[in-house]
Amino acid sequence: MNIFVLMKRTFDTEEKISIVNGKINEEGAEFIINPYDEYAIEEAIQVRDKHGGEVTVVTVGSEEAEKELRTALAMGCDKAVLINIDDDVEEQDQYTTAKVLAEYLKDKNPDLILAGNVAIDGGSGQVGPRVAELLGIPYVTTITKLDIADGGKVTVVRDVEGDEEIIETSLPLLVTAQQGLNEPRYPSLPGIMKAKKKPLDELELDDLDLDEEDVEAKTKTIEVFLPPKREAGKILQGEIADQVKELVQLLRSEAKVV
Amino acid sequence: MARKVLTLAEVRDGSLRNVSFEAIAAAKTIAEGGEVVSVLVGDQVQAHANELIYRGADRVVVIEHPNLKFYTSDGYSQALKAVIDKEQPEGIVFGHTALGKDLSPKLAIKLDAGLVSDVIAVEEAGGNIVFTRPIYSGKAFEKKIVTDGIIFATVRPNNIAPLERDESRTGSVEALAVEIKDLRAIVKEVVRKTAEGVDLTEAKVIVAGGRGVKSAEGFKPLKELAEVLGGAVGASRGACDAGYCDYSLQIGQTGKVVTPDLYIACGISGAIQHLAGMSNSKVIVAINKDPEANIFKVADYGIVGDLFEVVPLLTEEFKKLKVHS
Ligand SMILES: Cc1cc2nc3c(=O)[nH]c(=O)nc-3n(C[C@H](O)[C@H](O)[C@H](O)COP(=O)(O)OP(=O)(O)OC[C@H]3O[C@@H](n4cnc5c(N)ncnc54)[C@H](O)[C@@H]3O)c2cc1C
Ligand SMILES: Cc1cc2nc3c(=O)[nH]c(=O)nc-3n(C[C@H](O)[C@H](O)[C@H](O)COP(=O)(O)OP(=O)(O)OC[C@H]3O[C@@H](n4cnc5c(N)ncnc54)[C@H](O)[C@@H]3O)c2cc1C
Repeated sequence: MNIFVLMKRTFDTEEKISIVNGKINEEGAEFIINPYDEYAIEEAIQVRDKHGGEVTVVTVGSEEAEKELRTALAMGCDKAVLINIDDDVEEQDQYTTAKVLAEYLKDKNPDLILAGNVAIDGGSGQVGPRVAELLGIPYVTTITKLDIADGGKVTVVRDVEGDEEIIETSLPLLVTAQQGLNEPRYPSLPGIMKAKKKPLDELELDDLDLDEEDVEAKTKTIEVFLPPKREAGKILQGEIADQVKELVQLLRSEAKVV
Repeated sequence: MARKVLTLAEVRDGSLRNVSFEAIAAAKTIAEGGEVVSVLVGDQVQAHANELIYRGADRVVVIEHPNLKFYTSDGYSQALKAVIDKEQPEGIVFGHTALGKDLSPKLAIKLDAGLVSDVIAVEEAGGNIVFTRPIYSGKAFEKKIVTDGIIFATVRPNNIAPLERDESRTGSVEALAVEIKDLRAIVKEVVRKTAEGVDLTEAKVIVAGGRGVKSAEGFKPLKELAEVLGGAVGASRGACDAGYCDYSLQIGQTGKVVTPDLYIACGISGAIQHLAGMSNSKVIVAINKDPEANIFKVADYGIVGDLFEVVPLLTEEFKKLKVHS
C-alpha cells in the first residue's frame, strides 16, 4: 500500500507565547510534530505493518522541519519529503499549503493519506479535506478507528462532537486523525539510528512545476495579538462557607452572569 | 459594498442549532446591506424555513433529498454547489461545527476560494471585512481578511450575537431540486452518546468536572449545581479517560469548544488542551484543592478547596437565591 502522512511542524502551545514586531515570537521556542499528526503517523505505520507497503511523510515548511521529519522516520516512516517554499512564497495560507501538497501527491498514486484533524497553532482544520478534494478522492475527518479489509473496503469510526458515525468507504482515501485513534509510539534508539540513513528529499516550488501565482494566498493576516491581560483572578479567602456566599454575590453583582 | 451572502442552517434533533442564527448575524455584517440567503439542507427540513426568516434571513432556499438524511461531504457539497452556482453569492458563512469544519474546505476548493475558519468576531473596518479568530490553542488571536475571491468563513458557536427574533419579518422560501448521487462515503450507523437536547456548545452555564471528581458518582453534585443554574455538565479529558463520564461531555481541543457566560471548573488542572476549549468563556470559576493549579491562571474567581464540600454549598446558595428572586 502506498501511504502518505501530511505532517506539520508546530509551535508547542504549552509554551509561553509573546509577540515581537507584530508576529508570534519563535525565538527559542519549542517546536514539535503537531500532536494530531503523531496519531496519523502511528496509524500509517500500523496499516503498513499489517498490509505491507511504504509510508512517506510529507511536510511543507522550512529547513528546520527536518528535525520533525527525522523523528517521524525514527518512529517508523520509510521516507520523508520536505517541500520548502520559504524562498518562493511570502504570504501563505491553507489554500497555498493544500495546493502545494496536492501538486506533490497527484502523480504518486496514493492509496491512503493521513493528516491531523487540526494544527494546534493555525487551528483551521482545512488542509486535509482541501488536499483530498484537489486530488478528487473521498475523505473522512476526525476518525478514531480505521479498518481496511483486503479488497479495499474501508470502515471508519468518526467522532462527531461526541457521537460516533460508522462510515463505509473505499481506497484511495484521505482521513484526518482525532485523539483516541491510537497511542503514538516513541522513537526507539535503533529507530533513531536507522532514521539517519532513510531518504529525506527536499523539493522547491520549481520542482513541482508551480509558480508563485498558482499558490498565492487568498487570505491575509493583518494583525496578531494576545488576549487582553486577564486581571489576576480573585482567589477567595476565609471559611469555605463564607467563600461560597461571596462567590455567589460576586457572580450576581460584579460579573452579572446569574 | 452590498454583497449577497449565503448561510448554511443546521438542524439537529429536529431543531435548528443556534449557530444557524449566529451565521445569519455574521452574514448581515458581511452583506453590508446586501441580501442574506439561508440554505436549509436535509431530508425533511422545510418546516424550519420560517424560523430562519424571523432570525433575519431575507430568503431561504430549501434542498431536500433522501440522500441528505445523514451529512456526508459528497452529498452536502453537491447541494451547496448547486445553490452557489444559482445564487452567485459574494460571501458564505457556516457554523464551525463538526459539519461546517468538514464541509467548508471542500467547497472552498470547488470555488477556488480562501476560507477563514473558527471566527469569533466579524466587523467592517477600513473598507474590509475583518475576521477575528483564535490561534495557538487560544493563547493568541489574529485578524484576517480575504484578499481574493468569495468571502468564506465559519463561525464558532456562541460567540456572535444573533439578531433579535422577529415574527413580523417576511421573506420567500424556495425549494431547489438537486440530484444527490455517487456518495463515496456512506454513514452506516450513528451511535448516539450525547443526551438529546443538551448542546454543550450552546449552553449559557457549564459545570465541568475533571479527574478530581474521582468517580461517575462524583459527578452527581455537579449535575445538581448545573440543574439549579439551568446549565449543562461538561468534563475534561482526564475525567473521560478515567471513565467517570462519556467522551461526549469532553471539552477542549479534541472535544467541544465552548463559550458560555459562566464556566465552573471543578477538579480540573487546566492543561492547555482543556483551556483551548473554554478559555474564551465570559466568566470562569475554578474550584481546585491545589492552589498552584494552572486553571487559577485563567479563572476570574477561585476557591481553593475540596470540590465535594464546595459544590453542594454552592448549589444550596444558588437555590436560596432562586427562592428570593
Ligand atoms: C513560510 C510560511 C509562511 C507562512 N505565512 C503565513 C501567513 O502569511 N499567513 C497565515 O495565515 N499563515 C501563514 N503560514 C501558516 C500556514 O499557512 C498554515 O499554518 C498552514 O496553511 C496550515 O494551516 P493550519 O495551521 O490551519 O493547519 P490545519 O489545516 O489545521 O492542519 C490540519 C492538518 O493538515 C496537515 N498540514 C497542515 N499544514 C501542513 C504543512 N505545512 N505541511 C504538511 N501538512 C500540513 C497536517 O496533517 C495537519 O494536522 C505560513 C507558513 C509558512 C511555512
Ligand atoms: C493531543 C491531545 C489532546 C488533548 N485534548 C484534550 C481535550 O480536548 N480536553 C481536555 O480536557 N484534555 C485534553 N487533553 C489532555 C490534557 O493534556 C490533560 O491531561 C487533561 O485535561 C487533564 O484532565 P484533568 O484536569 O481532569 O486531570 P488532572 O490534570 O489530573 O487534574 C485533576 C485536578 O483535580 C484536582 N483535585 C483533585 N481532587 C480534588 C478535590 N477533591 N477537590 C478539588 N480539586 C481536586 C487536582 O488538584 C488537579 O488539579 C489532550 C491531550 C493531548 C496530548
